[in-house]
Amino acid sequence: MADREISTSEMTEAVEAVEATSWLDIKELSGDLVRGLWEEIPLFRLVLGTCPTLAVTTSATNGVGMGIATMFVLVASNIMISILRKVIPDMVRIPAFIIVIASFVTITDLMMAAFTPELHHSLGIFIPLIVVNCIVLARAEAFASKYNIIRSAADGLGMGIGFTLVLILLGSTREILGNGTWFDLPVLTGLMGLFNYEYQPMIVMILPPGAFIGLGLWVALANKIEEKRKGKK
Amino acid sequence: MVRLILVLTIFCLVAAAALAKVYDITKGPIAEQERLKTISGLKAVLPAFNNDLDKEATEVIVGQDKKGRDIKIKFYKGKLDENPVGTAFQVIAPDGYAGNISILMGVGPDRKVSGIEIISHKETPGLGNKIQKDEWKGQFKGRSLDDGPKLAVKKDGGEIDQFSGATISPRAVVNAVKKGLEIYKKESGNGG
Repeated sequence: MADREISTSEMTEAVEAVEATSWLDIKELSGDLVRGLWEEIPLFRLVLGTCPTLAVTTSATNGVGMGIATMFVLVASNIMISILRKVIPDMVRIPAFIIVIASFVTITDLMMAAFTPELHHSLGIFIPLIVVNCIVLARAEAFASKYNIIRSAADGLGMGIGFTLVLILLGSTREILGNGTWFDLPVLTGLMGLFNYEYQPMIVMILPPGAFIGLGLWVALANKIEEKRKGKK
Repeated sequence: MVRLILVLTIFCLVAAAALAKVYDITKGPIAEQERLKTISGLKAVLPAFNNDLDKEATEVIVGQDKKGRDIKIKFYKGKLDENPVGTAFQVIAPDGYAGNISILMGVGPDRKVSGIEIISHKETPGLGNKIQKDEWKGQFKGRSLDDGPKLAVKKDGGEIDQFSGATISPRAVVNAVKKGLEIYKKESGNGG
């Protein structure tokens, strides 16, 4: 069912690509930008890129850092692949995409180590792993290799923002429940302190199972909202 | 076919060139960040000092690991107006809950611990990672081998706190500090 939906949407996209005559169409562009925010929001609707998501979202700050790093790679690799889309032979397109993506990830990794060492330390191994984040390769394959530079950049930016938002949402949930803090501010611990209670953190939310529970509940909520939205139409 | 090879080769060449350039640009700042981190760690574990101790560090072979390779430890000697105030060195606790815990510890001329700092660890957030808290690390100040069995976590009959639900990480740190003190004793000999 899901497979069929994707293939039809890809077909309509391909048809649009042929029909598109104007190089810069504001309506088209905003559509590309917004698609990543709900219609195809990476973690809720596409459920792509869950591996780094589950691993790094132990705090809201980590969510922001990972989201921005991924967004940079998405936009940069989308632009580069769109520029090169006519040069890359179809048979070797995947290795070519991977080279482009891996290069940008390494650049991000080095830059973060040099200029934001704290964040780089806490995200650790997961920055290099952006290479294998499905969402980056998926956008290269499904979008950047077919459309012009500006539309590809908009798509990368939209997807990146959508990805970041969910990371922040999940990171916040886990940090608040599991540690009583939000962006290191004592939100829940402080609130309970007002009533002279000590907040007993739900440690499981910080641990790996908490990532699955948290993401599962959020996806369920997103599906519910989408169902309601469809019902109204 | 030739085109495929050509395109991929050019891609790799360009990528390699770009990465080499970025590496070149970031090499300096990264090394500087590492150095700053070491110095701030040294400042935390040693009493006030005013020498360039990261330039005067000495490396000593303290033994061999299971594969026969030398285990080297870098000793940073802190001095205040040429008077030795303490030595800092890094020890590794191999028995943490999730891998190695690297600890920087400072020992005074009286062979008492002047402070410890956790350099890197992979302990569980919310449980074992409380070893990073200042209150906990502070408990090591003034400890020495003379404390004997008191230098252990409470569960093992000592005086160092463990955390509810997490005894392994504190125990690993305590053992590593103890081992560090022994190494220091051996290295400094009777001269202090």
